[in-house]
Amino acid sequence: MKKKVLALVLAIVVVAALCIGLVACNDGAIKFNETFMPEWDEEYATLEVPADFKFGLICLHGESSNYDKNFIESARKAFRELGLPESNLIIKTDIKENEECTTAARELVQQGCDIIFADSFGHEPYMSKVAAEAGNENIKFCHATGTTAHNPDAPANLYNAFASIYEGRYLAGIVAGMKLNQMIAAGKFKAEDAKIGYVGAFPYAEVKSGYTSFFLGARSVCPTVTMEVQFTSSWFDKLSEKSTAQALITRGCKLISQHADSDGAPNACEEAGVPNVSYNGSMIQSCSKTFLVSSRIDWAPYFKYVIAQTVNNKEIEKDWVGTIETGSVALTNLNADTVAPGTLQAVLKARAELVKGTRYVFDCSTFTVTGKNFDEAKMKVDAQGHLTSYKADVNTDAAFTPDTEAIEKVGDKYIFMESDAEGRRSAPYFDITIDGITLLN
Amino acid sequence: MTKTKKIREPLIHLVKRDDLPGWKAWGIRALSIVGAFVFICLLSFIVLKRSPFQIVKFMFEGAFGSKLSTLVLFRDLSILLIISLAVTPAFKMKFWNIGAEGQVLISAWGAVLCMYYLGGKIPNGALIFIMLLSSMTFGILWAVIPAIFKAKWGTNETLFTLMMNYIAIQIVLGSTKIWAGVTSTGVLHPLQYGHLPQVAGGDYALSMIVAAVITLLLFFYMRFSKHGYELSVVGESRNTARYIGISVPKVIVRTLVLSGAICAVAGFLLAGGIMHTVGSGTVGGQGFTAVLVSWLAQFNPIAMIVVSFVVIFISKGTTRVMENCGIANSFFSQVLTGTLFFIIIACEFFIRYRVLPRKRHKAVAPREDLDDDSVEVVEDFAEPDIVIEEPLSEADDDKQETRDEDVEHSQEETVC
Repeated sequence: MKKKVLALVLAIVVVAALCIGLVACNDGAIKFNETFMPEWDEEYATLEVPADFKFGLICLHGESSNYDKNFIESARKAFRELGLPESNLIIKTDIKENEECTTAARELVQQGCDIIFADSFGHEPYMSKVAAEAGNENIKFCHATGTTAHNPDAPANLYNAFASIYEGRYLAGIVAGMKLNQMIAAGKFKAEDAKIGYVGAFPYAEVKSGYTSFFLGARSVCPTVTMEVQFTSSWFDKLSEKSTAQALITRGCKLISQHADSDGAPNACEEAGVPNVSYNGSMIQSCSKTFLVSSRIDWAPYFKYVIAQTVNNKEIEKDWVGTIETGSVALTNLNADTVAPGTLQAVLKARAELVKGTRYVFDCSTFTVTGKNFDEAKMKVDAQGHLTSYKADVNTDAAFTPDTEAIEKVGDKYIFMESDAEGRRSAPYFDITIDGITLLN
Repeated sequence: MTKTKKIREPLIHLVKRDDLPGWKAWGIRALSIVGAFVFICLLSFIVLKRSPFQIVKFMFEGAFGSKLSTLVLFRDLSILLIISLAVTPAFKMKFWNIGAEGQVLISAWGAVLCMYYLGGKIPNGALIFIMLLSSMTFGILWAVIPAIFKAKWGTNETLFTLMMNYIAIQIVLGSTKIWAGVTSTGVLHPLQYGHLPQVAGGDYALSMIVAAVITLLLFFYMRFSKHGYELSVVGESRNTARYIGISVPKVIVRTLVLSGAICAVAGFLLAGGIMHTVGSGTVGGQGFTAVLVSWLAQFNPIAMIVVSFVVIFISKGTTRVMENCGIANSFFSQVLTGTLFFIIIACEFFIRYRVLPRKRHKAVAPREDLDDDSVEVVEDFAEPDIVIEEPLSEADDDKQETRDEDVEHSQEETVC
């Protein structure tokens, strides 16, 4: 009997200890408060959305991909904040970039959607086709990362959107640079060995713009940093992303970041104990020892915007660019266990400067383009190799003809105006390889 | 103690049945499909907390909810059916061609090759004709290379055809990267030229008509033609085939030319009639699903219509269930599809074997000498029964004797 009582008491103690342990254990994150709130949030409070208003979301993959999960969660968040029933949000997952997208969009039209949104670059021609078919039905076709909506021959009800995520990447780069500085100060490696590895999906503008801004952010605090980029030729390939990250680590990269949609690279970093900056979602739960921060586009502001414009019968911008101020460009909370001291302050300061316009990510004085990176047909540089002119391929055509000047003089500085909706477009067009970044394939 | 254990009769034993009438077998299959449906509805009910009737309603909504979904359903069914028909003659011959995925993909690529380079330069009619020729060439090539190797040198056709899939995928990935531009995401946008004519006002009816024609032709080819008979003889026993004067290598190559040609039709329809482009996901795994369809239909072209319908219905149905329940990934719909096929395939086991429970000897056999005997016999009998049949490698083999012969000769038998 005594033994039984003892066993019972012990069991209760163990359970209680576990409970306390679980409650006490938070995710070890420094809260990164959004100080810039969109002013039009108040307007949304009075918005009256019809009960049969439906929103269709076409996703390349499902929630298992960070990229698509980000869209899905943003859409749910927008619905919650506008007080709409979630049953009116129709999500079609695993829609490939082929005829499947046409069928999915047509089905959404038949299911009574007022807005249809597709999340992948390759969905565009199919969205455009169905938009033209449904021209008279007052259905809006919105497309993330797309490039053709501003063309004169594009359907009137096709819209493109993106965010100035290069600013978010730049801020994440600062976090990375601070971490490298900390490791150099601790004597883990020499300053000139500070090398970042980057797992990219495809060598096209969205990815190039992303890693360049990340690199510039890191170099703004850690001047000796260099970067190596390897492409996987796939948006979502967990094994390949993981092995690419491992290869980069073996090549001596001290920190890894990526622009690909699985958690392959963060997992490789967690196994190897190498710090990682993610994209489109926090990895703090599964990679708590190495995750630093993740930049992401919060699509909820755009979703709320298009819903409000449609309900109010107002025109949607052909090329919409979300910014830090609209709440579209966001960072996840910082991992308190891994980031260097003072990181939060540095990031907040840089963010304030970006918003004020006293700092630019693609400030041409901060990088050079020389040697084989220099392309006479597209760009002009000064004596040191700083860009003064660049013709970007903004109006998409099959031959990728450079057609629009992307650099403007602001004050005495030459600035590459990335994702500039005024006269250009929302999707990125910075596709220059700058000095300091090496492409491995 | 140990002695009694040794002669213990197994709780159940399996006896192969040869005598099950066809209608009964199909009845069991139909019941298993219905049973599987009921089961996955219950599973969805437990996981998704929706009533089973609602689940069924969602499934029908996904498959037949609108004119569009119905047309898409039958179009997808047609393509799957054509690919299933393509692999069937080879399977009947016990040539395990699992390369339909690659054969269809490379034929689609062959058509797009012409669309890309010749589009706009020659009249559309001529372009379509050249596309068909190109599709046929590549489709047949991809099927016949493993066949020649098998016929001449006895290489393993399963591995060979599987590897040919990967070659096809890499060719497609490499060339679309060049066509779409190196600085893009490697996805080739739909091309403007070489679209097959629309039948009944859409991209849907053509595939259905072609599938219906091929189904009938193949049914008659397999059932009534000399070729059809020859390939089933080669499947049953190569030695018998040789003995009655059938050239085994010739039959293998000829049958695979047919397989490749039918795959090419599927690829041609996909590229010219549906996708108007090509990518690694153009066939979408249907080349492998077709293996399942062909097997479940017992290599009967008419039954394949029903089986491919079930496959497509489930895929469209479960997708809509997830969509309506607000689940934004495909894991659970895959679980449901997997469960369904598991049940249907498991029922094949009961069609081929009789499961007999242990007899109650005390009641049945009062005579002790006989009792002992029967235990012995049953044990002898039970052992080989469990081992004999490997339902996955032996097709619809009902003739025990022929097969035994095969086993005897298998060592000396090399295809020449």
